[in-house]
Amino acid sequence: MGLKRKILELHKKREEVLKGGGDKAIEKQTAMGKMTARERIISLCDPDSFHEYDLFVEHEARDFDMDKKILHGDGVIIGTGTIYGAPVCIFAQDFTVAGGSLGLMHARKITKIMDHALKMKVPLIGINDSGGARIQEGVNSLAGYGEIFFRNTLSSGVIPQISVILGPCAGGAVYSPALTDFVFVVDKISKMFITGPEVIRTVLGEEISMEDLGGARVHSEITGNAHFFSKSEAECFDQIKKLVTFIPRNNMGKAMKFEPKEPKPEYKISEIVPGDPRQPYDVRDVIKAIVDDSDFFEIQELWAANIVIGFGRMNGDTIGFVANQPLVLAGVLDVDSSDKAARFVRYCNAFDIPIITLVDLPGYLPGIDQEHAGVIRHGAKLLYAYSEATVPKMTVILRKAYGGGYIAMSSRHLRADFVFAWPTAEIAVMGPEGAANIIFRKEIMSAEDPEKMRKLKVKEYKEKFANPYVAAARGYVDSVIEPEETRRLLLHSIEVSGSKSVFLPKKKHGIPPF
Amino acid sequence: MKKVNCEDKKVRCKSLYIDGTKYRTTLHKKYLTRKQYAKPEKNKVYSFIPGTILKINVSLGQCVKKGDSLLVLEAMKMQNIILSPLEGVIKSINVKEGERAPKGTLMVEIGYTHELT
Repeated sequence: MGLKRKILELHKKREEVLKGGGDKAIEKQTAMGKMTARERIISLCDPDSFHEYDLFVEHEARDFDMDKKILHGDGVIIGTGTIYGAPVCIFAQDFTVAGGSLGLMHARKITKIMDHALKMKVPLIGINDSGGARIQEGVNSLAGYGEIFFRNTLSSGVIPQISVILGPCAGGAVYSPALTDFVFVVDKISKMFITGPEVIRTVLGEEISMEDLGGARVHSEITGNAHFFSKSEAECFDQIKKLVTFIPRNNMGKAMKFEPKEPKPEYKISEIVPGDPRQPYDVRDVIKAIVDDSDFFEIQELWAANIVIGFGRMNGDTIGFVANQPLVLAGVLDVDSSDKAARFVRYCNAFDIPIITLVDLPGYLPGIDQEHAGVIRHGAKLLYAYSEATVPKMTVILRKAYGGGYIAMSSRHLRADFVFAWPTAEIAVMGPEGAANIIFRKEIMSAEDPEKMRKLKVKEYKEKFANPYVAAARGYVDSVIEPEETRRLLLHSIEVSGSKSVFLPKKKHGIPPF
Repeated sequence: MKKVNCEDKKVRCKSLYIDGTKYRTTLHKKYLTRKQYAKPEKNKVYSFIPGTILKINVSLGQCVKKGDSLLVLEAMKMQNIILSPLEGVIKSINVKEGERAPKGTLMVEIGYTHELT
């Protein structure tokens, strides 16, 4: 007697709480095509690695008959586990318990695991599936959100923070994911918005479905709020696990080291980029021809696709890639692509990941909508991010590098450590057509056949300036290289910049244009 | 590795002009569905927010000065006083008191004074 009975009592108590919101609520969750919070954690972590905290936490709300309600675990599961052996802190909101609504104790559990993650310097993964604030708990639930946002901000740049949206995430609740580094969404399951369709209909008289307002596709293609899109929860968890292999567990550490592997032979680096600078190609093929095992892990694939960002490995170590994508919008910089690349560069810098930049862009996207959307302010973000980044910065100019775009894309002038250019590179103040039209305006206008003269002058300009040698003559480009040499020289530059140190002016923090 | 071929209809290549050069490329959804710019007409007063017309302070043909109160639009729990953007004559009033006005409703149009002569 005694110990044995007490242990049995513990088992009974555990069993009771582990049911979450009960069979009916679980059935409903499953009918929506969703896993339960506990199933999600189990699928994400290494087998038997998850340890749950605060299983027996109860809410203390009294108003509106809440004192008579039992909410198991207060609608959220927290704990620690491992992914490929790397430690992680996790919270998962349990929609089967009061719709995963956030009350005071629910929030305290989340902040407890957040504090733990920051203290132990391990990544935090938050699985969001919640109807929002628990209205019965009033301002206490708002306080809970505030405490979470504050910790998201403190942890930013210290530990990786990953948000997984597996259900509704509405109102103030969306700001926690927005403050984190990577947001994962799943088609038809994730819903994120500040103001829901119901309010929009009654207040504004505008009709829209939840999916069209803030579904997974919208956030992956239009808003850029999400970083990874998948068709199912299982696929989503695979993506998260893969991401974990690429990122260091904190800003003092290194990512997992992998066995170095040559790129796959099907990616022939000299056969990807067409010689004609007006013809498109998929720049991701160039990245795949450079990285270990041709394994490139793209981030925000569907949003602002005119720039490509993501991780790959060189000699087994994680490298961040930024590349203009001539296949989409000719690879121009615009509001969204500047924003996308700038944030990624800051991520890499915060977590000490070297950056390789591949350049092939005609400039900035012309248009009233771009100017009025503040392309000046957004474009400046990229200049800022590259300038302040002190990690090793390698730049390869593949083809076009014109005007402001040339400067912005990790140029020597923003302190790139190594600048390579292929013989196909054209580094100039603008494209030959535009430049010739301005410089030789008088000659063209006064010529007998202006069109013939224009063509002649464009050709003249092209021959003189559309090459890498003018920039190389000034030392803005360190070496003009053959495409086949790219991987070898990039590996070499990473190797020789292992102990890079840069001294910046002392300051509290800069004021980037965001 | 699949090479990009602009002649392939599936690639949906379009032309994009930058600094006088024509580039072959694809265009994404957000770019294709972007709003065309329309020059704002200062003499046309639109509801900037959906709401209810609480009170109309002007009548047809009335002369107004810049800054005169035209009407009160209640929206977002606030009684917004809509002021005349310029000096002129009330050319048309397209809303009634008590009526709900969706966002972008042309509420009042003001005729320029020089149009009268």
